[in-house]
Amino acid sequence: MDLKEWFASRQKRKELQENIKLPLTTEDYCALWTQCFQCRELLYTKDLRANLQVCPKCQYHFRVGALDRIDQIADPGSFVELDAEMTSADPLNFFDTEAYAKRQKEACRKSGLKEAVLTGICAIDSQPVALGAMDFGHFGGSMGSVVGEKVTRLAEEATNNKIPLIVVSSSGGARMQEGILSLMQMAKTSSALKSYHEAGGLYISILAEPTFGGVTASFAMLGDLVIAEPGARIGFAGRRVIEQTIRQKLPADFQTAEYLLKHGQVDMVVERARLKEVLSRLVSFHDVNQAGKNAADANGAGENNRNGAVKSEQLAK
Amino acid sequence: MASTEKKIVPLEFEQPLAVLAQQIEALERQLGDNPDLEGDIDRLQEQYNLLKKSLYVNLRPIDHLAIARHSQRPYSRDYFSLWDPQFMELHGDRKGADDAAMVGGLLNLGGINMVAVGTQKGRSIKEKQACNFGMPQPEGYRKALRLFKHADKYGLPILTLIDTPGAYPGLSAEEHNQAQAIAENLFELAGLRVPVVAVVTGEGGSGGALAIGVANRILMLEHSVYSVISPEGCASILWRSNDKVPDACQAMKMTAREILQLGVIDEVIDEPLGGAHHDHQLAARNLGEAIVRQMKSLLKMSKDEIRIDRQSKFRAFGAFAEN
Ligand SMILES: [Zn+2]
Repeated sequence: MDLKEWFASRQKRKELQENIKLPLTTEDYCALWTQCFQCRELLYTKDLRANLQVCPKCQYHFRVGALDRIDQIADPGSFVELDAEMTSADPLNFFDTEAYAKRQKEACRKSGLKEAVLTGICAIDSQPVALGAMDFGHFGGSMGSVVGEKVTRLAEEATNNKIPLIVVSSSGGARMQEGILSLMQMAKTSSALKSYHEAGGLYISILAEPTFGGVTASFAMLGDLVIAEPGARIGFAGRRVIEQTIRQKLPADFQTAEYLLKHGQVDMVVERARLKEVLSRLVSFHDVNQAGKNAADANGAGENNRNGAVKSEQLAK
Repeated sequence: MASTEKKIVPLEFEQPLAVLAQQIEALERQLGDNPDLEGDIDRLQEQYNLLKKSLYVNLRPIDHLAIARHSQRPYSRDYFSLWDPQFMELHGDRKGADDAAMVGGLLNLGGINMVAVGTQKGRSIKEKQACNFGMPQPEGYRKALRLFKHADKYGLPILTLIDTPGAYPGLSAEEHNQAQAIAENLFELAGLRVPVVAVVTGEGGSGGALAIGVANRILMLEHSVYSVISPEGCASILWRSNDKVPDACQAMKMTAREILQLGVIDEVIDEPLGGAHHDHQLAARNLGEAIVRQMKSLLKMSKDEIRIDRQSKFRAFGAFAEN
């Protein structure tokens, strides 16, 4: 919907509301209206959602949950989830001011999800792809064993089915509560992507607000193609940590998608309204089966590589 | 007491030991005037030896951290030169920089030619600054990657030594894509067809450590630590307090023995009593023997087996439930 229509419909709703004059509790009010972080405009929440969580006035891209993200990218009804029942264990019996187990429950209640990533197979303009979407609203999108395992399995699924792989990242980094095992997920996911790469796969990584730490330093930065959302903050170390270390002010646009584009770190910055169209075009542009054949022809070891990938998978099972 | 021992800077938890050592030293100075003191000295020396033995039996995680960070602990360069006086250092990432926080070169250890790469902390203030206190920039990780690829090309096994607080958090580090540099190392290490042995010799700080740690065998020195985030970072995020660093150390299970129990590493290497800084040569000999033993067994595998061995190892990491 364009800006004019949006304002018109908002006006109508306002009038409607004034006529009904229902007493709104603060909670209702907050659920109904969302204030834009950037331009401070008060936006009708439902309209904001219909506009893909992008402020119609200033184009600020709000964070998108994993379910909404999948709706925005996948052909309607095409998404079939993988590993939907996988949940975190508590390998360290971690306790800070609260038990990890309790924090997990709290995270699930808040997000309505079991973990910080949803993965599955879907179609984009009828082209099959493996799609993963992270949810910052669940435990800060942090990567523990489940996120690592689901992304790894998704890459393996894409390898086995010879289909493109798309992952939308949004994460504060590795999950501290699973300690060293969280760190190891960086290597596990990267290793699966190596095998996928050698089989000729096409991996498109989308960096959404915010993507940091161990997620950036593993699968999020390993895309054959890397796309960032406008205004998204993306980096390895957090801004405050850097400021404390180097004791100098950083540029205002430091670690934004546009800054990364300027420094050669992403292929493009794509506004959300065009994301599906761009993904569809990229997927149709690259023949994954052909790339697999080319890789095999190029080094003669291609056949070995594929066997290797299968073998290592069997070992894992 | 060996004379070199007196030069060791004591850690906080070692203070009682240091006090005893001082008392012994004072009495020794008076010994010429008063030979009767010999008995007292012997008694104190005995106490000292007992205390020293018991002190290191039940170390807290924070004590291991202190030893791992001791300023006199042997660093990568020390190990390389102790193992092989002919160690040939190779410099640079070939793209515009030579990061002093990452050293590498050609090493012969126990008769095996290998490519060795390690993070490097500095000893003097000047060195420390040049090495960014052991925190590599993207250029350091790209230098390491260049050396890994060199090793792969010539079928040379790879040894990495890890002792870093983490990757350097800086402006140019971010502009040069620190995250991508680390990710690419994880990606490429997964595909290598030569044996890789990684050793955490001091601090294994997060992704900056893992970037040279994707190995067939991972060893840790007895007092070294390995964690997903620095204990200071963990304390400030989860407890919002700098006083909670000991709690963060405890909660994260970051000591060598705990990480062995979690199944992430293969072996813990004993250090000289009190830590590797008490005897660099003994520490290097113990570690060198373990590395050679591990390398010899890995060198029996075929190139494909080596790669599958490494990928399967990392594939298995994680704790989750499915139902
Ligand atoms: Zn706005």
